[in-house]
Amino acid sequence: MTQRAAGAGDELAERRYEPVIGLEIHVQLKTRTKMFCGCELAFGEEPNTLTCPVCLGHPGTLPVLNAEAVHFGLMIGLALGCEIAPRSIFHRKNYFYPDLPKGYQISQYDIPLATGGRLGDVRIHRVHLEEDAAKLVHAGSSGRIHGAEASAVDFNRGGTPLVEIVTEPDIHSPQQAGEWLRLLRATLKRLGVSDVNMEEGSLRCDANVSIRPAGTATLGTKTELKNMNSFRFLERGIEAEIARQEEILRGGGAIEQETLHFDPATGSLSSLRSKEEAHDYRYFPEPDLVPIAPTDEMLARAREALPELPAARAERFERDLGLPAATAKLLAFRSELGDYFEEALAADSADAPALANWVTVELVPRLEDEDPFASKVKPRALARLVAMVSERSVSQSAAKEVLDVLAAEGGEPAAIVEQRGLGMAGANELGAIVERAIEANPKAAEEFRAGKQKAIGAIVGFVMRETQGRADGGEVNRLIREKLGA
Amino acid sequence: MIAREQVLHVARLARLALTEEEVERMTEELSSILEHIERIGELDLDDVEPTSHVVDVENVLRADVPRPSLPREKALAPAPDPGPAGFRVPSPGAS
Repeated sequence: MTQRAAGAGDELAERRYEPVIGLEIHVQLKTRTKMFCGCELAFGEEPNTLTCPVCLGHPGTLPVLNAEAVHFGLMIGLALGCEIAPRSIFHRKNYFYPDLPKGYQISQYDIPLATGGRLGDVRIHRVHLEEDAAKLVHAGSSGRIHGAEASAVDFNRGGTPLVEIVTEPDIHSPQQAGEWLRLLRATLKRLGVSDVNMEEGSLRCDANVSIRPAGTATLGTKTELKNMNSFRFLERGIEAEIARQEEILRGGGAIEQETLHFDPATGSLSSLRSKEEAHDYRYFPEPDLVPIAPTDEMLARAREALPELPAARAERFERDLGLPAATAKLLAFRSELGDYFEEALAADSADAPALANWVTVELVPRLEDEDPFASKVKPRALARLVAMVSERSVSQSAAKEVLDVLAAEGGEPAAIVEQRGLGMAGANELGAIVERAIEANPKAAEEFRAGKQKAIGAIVGFVMRETQGRADGGEVNRLIREKLGA
Repeated sequence: MIAREQVLHVARLARLALTEEEVERMTEELSSILEHIERIGELDLDDVEPTSHVVDVENVLRADVPRPSLPREKALAPAPDPGPAGFRVPSPGAS
């Protein structure tokens, strides 16, 4: 802290602030074709090979809405607990930019597809459909472009169906923002409506950030943060913006409403301030598209397509299977991992918390691919291994060795235990080792007989080394006490 | 009545360069259009839904089935400056 000044300035500098954060998420839908034309959706194709007069904005062409995009939009709205509008319409959002061939984006404005709703601890404001812009390849970012004054436009992405999800400002820390976006991502992935890949841009998140003196209810002036294309950048960007706003307010300044661009390379925010009038979009109803009025049949189809969602699944794992909250969340938020766990659980009579622990703590680090089903460890084999541990036919440490073998070569745990001699030491073998251990540690044996309980540790340790962990600690303890007459 | 500043503002948004004479004419014409529309406000329309579409049709949807796209040469052909990477445009940041 610097020197304390007296008076109001001091109060200003000492004031505690509470961040108020809302998120705007754009989700590229995984339909086969674009929003308003039959051009195929593909990532990484040669530029401008997936275009037609509609998505190039040629005069006289007419958009026709993709039924599947509406279906996915309804699924998202229902999954987020929104109210579906009985009738929603498209608007034109007018502005000039090279990535927008028509001079307007077809979006939804005052009557979106769905409103209200909630996911986790954050309320949803609205969900609407719109089309994505094309991709601008800026000079300098590609060797193919010569001359610093030129950019090239790739219209393959133009017209991709998007769902925009806007939250209420219910988020109060960068970490909460990251955590909630993870829940949303898991939910959308589970719905199967998008690839939700932040790096590739199929999931994009902007944040509206303001701060206010802790304990007050009014909202401060907000800024809009863009381009945070990973969870880490989202958290870092919001963190940096909160710090920036606090510094301004502490210094007696005022926050200016503006759009800020996050630069991952430097972790800093820069202003994208453009002329005020750039935000005058002159929305008006799109005359080329008729309203969407979801029929009972459309709604029923969307409802039936809803799987169990991650939040509900985590709750079930916790409530019905007795998993710790963090483990339940980990399994539920990574759908494939949850599926793997459930398949294993169904395959053998393994105890659920132990199995969950083996999946999240032991299996995950041994996976080469995100998808556990791609691993050589079959769900049934892992379940058997965990059951063998609880039946005490193999020790914890030996079981980890078995898992190494399973991950590298596949196979059945029982056979691996057999081949490699990893099973528990038999009674005869163990008895002989215990005797050797007592002989090798005469001092410890003497001390133990004299009443020093701790001395047994040295003898137990010897047995464990000799058996390479293939013995149960409790059983070894019992045998030693028996032999020492205690 | 529409103000001269509003006409200039809308012209800027539409990227229209108007002559002084056109600004005057537009101010007059747009004003008379707005005055005409304002007459609707004299009616009691509390029970009337705002009209977004004049035809009574809903849910015109297309099956999600791909159709052939244009060959790239054909897509690029009408462009004023088709570069090797696509539609070349002045860099938006360069203006």
